[in-house]
Amino acid sequence: MAQFFAYIVHKNGAADDSALELINAAKKIDPSAAVTAIVTGSGADLDKVADEVAASYPEVWKISNDALAYPNAEVVRKALLNNLPSDAVILMPHDTFGMDLAPGLSIKLDSAFVSDVADFEGVDGTDIKVIRQEFSGQVSTHVKVDMSGGAVITVRPGVFQPDESKSAGGSVTDKDAGDVSAKRKYLEVLVAEVGDVDITKSEVLVSVGRGIEDQDNLEIIHELAEAMGADVACSRPIVDAKWLEKSRQVGTSGLTVKPKVYLALGISGSFQHMGGIKGNPFIIAINKNPKAPIFQLADVGIEEDILEFVPELTEAINEAK
Amino acid sequence: MEILVCVKRVPDTSENEIEVNSDGTDIERDDLVYSVNEWDNYAVEEAIQIKDKVGGSVTVVTVGDEESEEVLRREMAMGADNGILLEDDAFEGSDGKGIAAILKAAVEKGNYDLILTGAQADDGAAQVGGMLAAMLDLPYASLVNFIDVSDDKKLKVGREIEGGNQEMNEIELPCVLSIQTGINEPRYVGIRGIRKVASVEIPTHGASDLGLGADAVGAGAAKVKRLDYFVPELGEGAEMLEGSTEEKVAKLIELLKAKGGIK
Ligand SMILES: Cc1cc2nc3c(=O)[nH]c(=O)nc-3n(C[C@H](O)[C@H](O)[C@H](O)COP(=O)(O)OP(=O)(O)OC[C@H]3O[C@@H](n4cnc5c(N)ncnc54)[C@H](O)[C@@H]3O)c2cc1C
Repeated sequence: MAQFFAYIVHKNGAADDSALELINAAKKIDPSAAVTAIVTGSGADLDKVADEVAASYPEVWKISNDALAYPNAEVVRKALLNNLPSDAVILMPHDTFGMDLAPGLSIKLDSAFVSDVADFEGVDGTDIKVIRQEFSGQVSTHVKVDMSGGAVITVRPGVFQPDESKSAGGSVTDKDAGDVSAKRKYLEVLVAEVGDVDITKSEVLVSVGRGIEDQDNLEIIHELAEAMGADVACSRPIVDAKWLEKSRQVGTSGLTVKPKVYLALGISGSFQHMGGIKGNPFIIAINKNPKAPIFQLADVGIEEDILEFVPELTEAINEAK
Repeated sequence: MEILVCVKRVPDTSENEIEVNSDGTDIERDDLVYSVNEWDNYAVEEAIQIKDKVGGSVTVVTVGDEESEEVLRREMAMGADNGILLEDDAFEGSDGKGIAAILKAAVEKGNYDLILTGAQADDGAAQVGGMLAAMLDLPYASLVNFIDVSDDKKLKVGREIEGGNQEMNEIELPCVLSIQTGINEPRYVGIRGIRKVASVEIPTHGASDLGLGADAVGAGAAKVKRLDYFVPELGEGAEMLEGSTEEKVAKLIELLKAKGGIK
């Protein structure tokens, strides 16, 4: 079988959670796989991450170059192409970096590409069978990937158990980045603005999604939150439409919240949204579609139209006071 | 600036309950409401705004069938100047790489400075933009939520990364960008706007017009094949509250109180 690699995303000298998840993802394809971790970067942070990762991977390739100090996908791609064998099977997280790097890398390696994999269902010769979701998570598919000429695979963050054994005692090998000139230059990261209410500290969140349909309808959400003594949060489309501030958005490209109770109203339950909910809160979902994926993830579900249900709920709470 | 925007006609997931057909070969396509992929619509709006600022033209292109024309016309009603339909039986069964190869051939028939795609479409793969860029040997940035066109040799672009932070980059033209939602506020398109472009000719190109052989596109070339659609077994799943609306309200209030959800 081809050689397996895991690209390690890291920041400030610490590996991302995906670093340990990718081990179990690769093992699901081939239980005997000896996966090589690749870390790119520069300086002391890189050394630190390489050592951290060596506890979990038998071999670590460390590619150090000043041009890699920030993970600019166009630069990283070149460094990888200068090092990877053409039939490599390389795994990385389906996050904003993986989405930037992986598709183009697969073209340059002339290998198969499959993204946002939620599970692997075995190997048949050189074909791997994977499970992924389509249509905003409403249906799943089995996909056959011919990895005879290598494969680039992005894996959904958080679905594979991290391998916490840390018993690999791996070795770190320095690799040369080679020519990494690129036509895209990283400038800086602008940090998201802080809002008037810090939803990351809220104990109870009333979170509203596209099911609210219209900006004017938001009134019923604010009224419910007030009756409950909760803060208002939302999914991404509400922010895209500029109906609420970005600082109210829960999810991978928004904030990570850890309330005790999360009331999701008209939210379908995409992994990017749910990825921002941590600390195992009690999740209640109200959605008019009985098949909405959020009903698989919530503790309690109610199949109702929020436009009708929410005002009744608010009224009943206020009456009980 | 000559801008090409790649768009796709997709079932609107916020309007439809997607169901799998009886033998799992496809989703139930009858009665589905289709629209332009949400991400693509932001890309077209961005292209039009850039054209309004610096001049040039906006062309929308799709790989699809006759029905995809409605999506091209909708985007032309928004302000795109031209539409191109790429259609051929030989395209059927293409994987992401196949679709990118078809689009690459269309790009090479024109002379574009900037190529935009949506960050992802209905299959959530987020692959075509990055593949297209690599095939064309052009620089690429994904999840773009800001574009500054004040220079005609390079753009300043913002990428939306984790936590809603924004990664600023300089990227040389020509380039390929995939657009994230929220970059702008797409304009409304009325029936009248669509009527206005109803009779505009939309050229159609097939595999031979594009110089594409069966080794590059279609099911034969695909290394990635969808085997079936299915609805996953619900794990634990939520406990569904049943009864009349009043009963559900009462049960919910009880639960909220027990869990500290009402202060
Ligand atoms: C890179 C990337 C990052 C992303 N980051 C985030 C993020 O941080 N946060 C985030 O939320 N999303 C994020 N997304 C978007 C995400 O993929 C989904 O598109 C989004 O979460 C959907 O939001 P939603 O559930 O509100 O809308 P939809 O998916 O459209 O769901 C609306 C739901 O409302 C229900 N509904 C409609 N009307 C009613 C009614 N009257 N009563 C009750 N229910 C109703 C529908 O049945 C449906 O289930 C990201 C996407 C990408 C590509």
